[in-house]
Amino acid sequence: MIGKYALRLFSLGYLAVLLVAPVGYVFWQTFEHGVGPAWDAVTTPDALHALKVTLILTAIAVPANTIFGVLCALAIVRHRYPGAGIVNAVVDLPLALSPVVVGLALLLLYGRGGWLGGHGIVFALPGMVLATIFVSLPFVVREVVPVLREIGTEQEQAAATLGASALQTFLRVTWPAIRYATAYGVVLTTARALGEFGAVSVVSGRLAGETESLTLYVQDRYQSFDTTGAYAAAVVLALLAMATLLLMTRLKPKEGTQ
Amino acid sequence: MAASAGTLSAAPKSRRSVAPGLSIGLSTLYLSLIVLLPLAALSWRAHGWDAVSTAQGVSALKLTLGLSLVVALVNAVAGTAIAWSLVRDRFVGQGFVNALVDLPFALPTIVAGLTLLALYGPKSPVGVNAAFTRWGLLLALLFVTLPFVVRTVQPVLFELDREMEDAAASLGAGRVTTFLRIILPSILPAILSGVALAFARAVGEFGAVVLISGNLPFKTEVVSVYVFGRLESGDPGGAAAASVVILLISFGVLLAIGGLRRWVTKHDR
Amino acid sequence: MRRISLALLIALLLPALAAGASKDTKLTLVAYSTPKEAYGQLITAFQKTQAGNGVTFSQSYAASGEQSRAVAAGLDADVVAFSLEPDITSLVQKKIVASSWNKDKYKGMVTRSVVVFVVRDGNPKKLKSWNDLLKAGVQVITPNPFTSGGARWNVMAAYGGALRSGKSPKQAVDYLGKLWKHVVAQPTSAREGLQTFLAGRGDVFLAYENEALFAQKKGQPVQFVIPKATILIENPIAVPSTSKHKAEANAFVKFLRTTAAQKIFADNGYRPVVSAAARGFNFPTRPQLFTIKYVGGWAKVEKKFFDPRTGIMVRFQGSNGG
Repeated sequence: MIGKYALRLFSLGYLAVLLVAPVGYVFWQTFEHGVGPAWDAVTTPDALHALKVTLILTAIAVPANTIFGVLCALAIVRHRYPGAGIVNAVVDLPLALSPVVVGLALLLLYGRGGWLGGHGIVFALPGMVLATIFVSLPFVVREVVPVLREIGTEQEQAAATLGASALQTFLRVTWPAIRYATAYGVVLTTARALGEFGAVSVVSGRLAGETESLTLYVQDRYQSFDTTGAYAAAVVLALLAMATLLLMTRLKPKEGTQ
Repeated sequence: MAASAGTLSAAPKSRRSVAPGLSIGLSTLYLSLIVLLPLAALSWRAHGWDAVSTAQGVSALKLTLGLSLVVALVNAVAGTAIAWSLVRDRFVGQGFVNALVDLPFALPTIVAGLTLLALYGPKSPVGVNAAFTRWGLLLALLFVTLPFVVRTVQPVLFELDREMEDAAASLGAGRVTTFLRIILPSILPAILSGVALAFARAVGEFGAVVLISGNLPFKTEVVSVYVFGRLESGDPGGAAAASVVILLISFGVLLAIGGLRRWVTKHDR
Repeated sequence: MRRISLALLIALLLPALAAGASKDTKLTLVAYSTPKEAYGQLITAFQKTQAGNGVTFSQSYAASGEQSRAVAAGLDADVVAFSLEPDITSLVQKKIVASSWNKDKYKGMVTRSVVVFVVRDGNPKKLKSWNDLLKAGVQVITPNPFTSGGARWNVMAAYGGALRSGKSPKQAVDYLGKLWKHVVAQPTSAREGLQTFLAGRGDVFLAYENEALFAQKKGQPVQFVIPKATILIENPIAVPSTSKHKAEANAFVKFLRTTAAQKIFADNGYRPVVSAAARGFNFPTRPQLFTIKYVGGWAKVEKKFFDPRTGIMVRFQGSNGG
């Protein structure tokens, strides 16, 4: 019994220091002068446009990475092809690159003089989309792979011997088992896409009112000593992430089922 | 579960073999376009490998790798504990806390940095001043990697079949034994999955650590800041070279984590 | 009949003629982060002039080095305004800016400032000169000159200050080494440096006067002291040869050097390059002010002090104390 309370104490203590206190601080900084200034800060034309840009980036990156994530997880776990182990490790690599280097790599590839250099990719929305996809790539894969390993192939094989097609097997057998994990993958991917700063900053050219995302707007406010504005915009991002989680928990299977 | 009208005919091989081809082909293509091409362009530009072998560079690399491994380990334990508390436990505000777990991730790194500096720096309201030391670095890295192990373990823990645990309990096994022998092996792949993410993120982190660490070379300068310094000083080739080295080392560690998982599951089954 | 159709024709053509005559130009301004508010006001003022009538602007503000690299990688710019000359020189090397960019009477500069000491309330440790910074226990904050090009002004101000006080070049380098032992934090940018100082770290923060003044304007509790010997910071501006709207861009740059525009800069903390505009503002002259030429010019200085392999500052990077 002590064990149970010790565990709870440890978890909650850890969360208090590393999660609740910082998040609380952010909200406090935002609403320190009341809701009015915070609301004004996030409804300026630049802020709203930045929000729009962020939403566009997220709306493209998240579905793309989700579909890729599920396909890749299936490929790695179910079809043991040579190199699956390498692919599994490569998937995580985007995270190991610091954001400035991600931007540098994308500029080297798509910028002036690059291999795929041409107009309209970098310093425009397409480049920002590529950067966002790059940095939020691994999460769906990482969530789905352990679950696929855990549930094993028995049910899928049974379905196959009963004549179900690959698609039917996936939809009726595999998907119900992985959808909760996929949901968490989507939540992480979305959170990452929303909060990405460094790589998008380098690749966007930061043209105010055109290629500024909400995180870039946060930094812009910070530079101008507008603390309330910076934190308010960050709170918008936080609320979007929380909303995604709420949406995704609807995919939660009923407790205790298998 | 739908079953087609009981014919035991051999399932058409062609239809099933499309799926592996499709998933392997598409995912590899996507990975190549999105990840490998930019990395190739980076490696192409890399020259001046001495950028990585300067004393300062090596120190930054050692610090980053060492800290990232510690971060991964701490997350393995803390993340599992938190996932357990969020799935198997019941307490007031649980749903609320669950909703906050992803926020270290969604908040722009500059906000993370400012927050941690204010809370755990020289003007800390709780009297904890970890800023400008390696402890501050650790704190910042633990903050940004918080969601990983928690979120990879949660779904697996949720769907775990309780029968084995109940059986073990009825056979007289204590909670710890049950955990170590029955639960842990099932969630270990998920833990390792989160650990890989946490390690990789810790290696590449820049924005959240720059404020609280002070970036003192040989003391609190992480490799991402060192690389940024190379870039800003007009040595993009050196910056690219250093990044490629970091990538290769991280790749090695990630492969090792994958190998660890295979070894653990093989021994278990 | 003919008169009507002629009138109709003219009526139809008139809008087309008018459109051709009106200016529908959009200029892209790529600048470093600090002068954002200044340029916001300047653009509005420019648009009220004849030359600026009908000209719209696309604006980008980020760290100077980052912007320079972006333009080199293909960011189309009609006007580039950076915080130090080497960021433009690298564009000259890439043939994006003509080498004649600084051959005018302003040497290509548009604003000025000086390096200052930001100190704690009341300057308790009485830090007024470069030698004071070497007093026992003094903790210094300066951005890392390798991650922030602007921080090089700080290093050269310290070096030049030592020279001014009678030291030989070798002794001045020794001074830098000693000073670096007092550095307790090296933030990656000037803004971060101010944040670090305001968060409670250090006794003195080496900053630029315009940033300190701007921070004060924004209500930050910043107090600063200008040492007797300090460097004149000069911020360059240029119109890239790749610009598609050179006439309008040059008109804008010309406007920026009018007294009216320079007053707007002064209002935002910058020392003007047009002396008439400084009247009414508090920009104290310093008896031992010097420019980058005094310490050798940027080309020499970059190689000698800031080369990532062989630069003098690389040697000192391991000795930060605190």
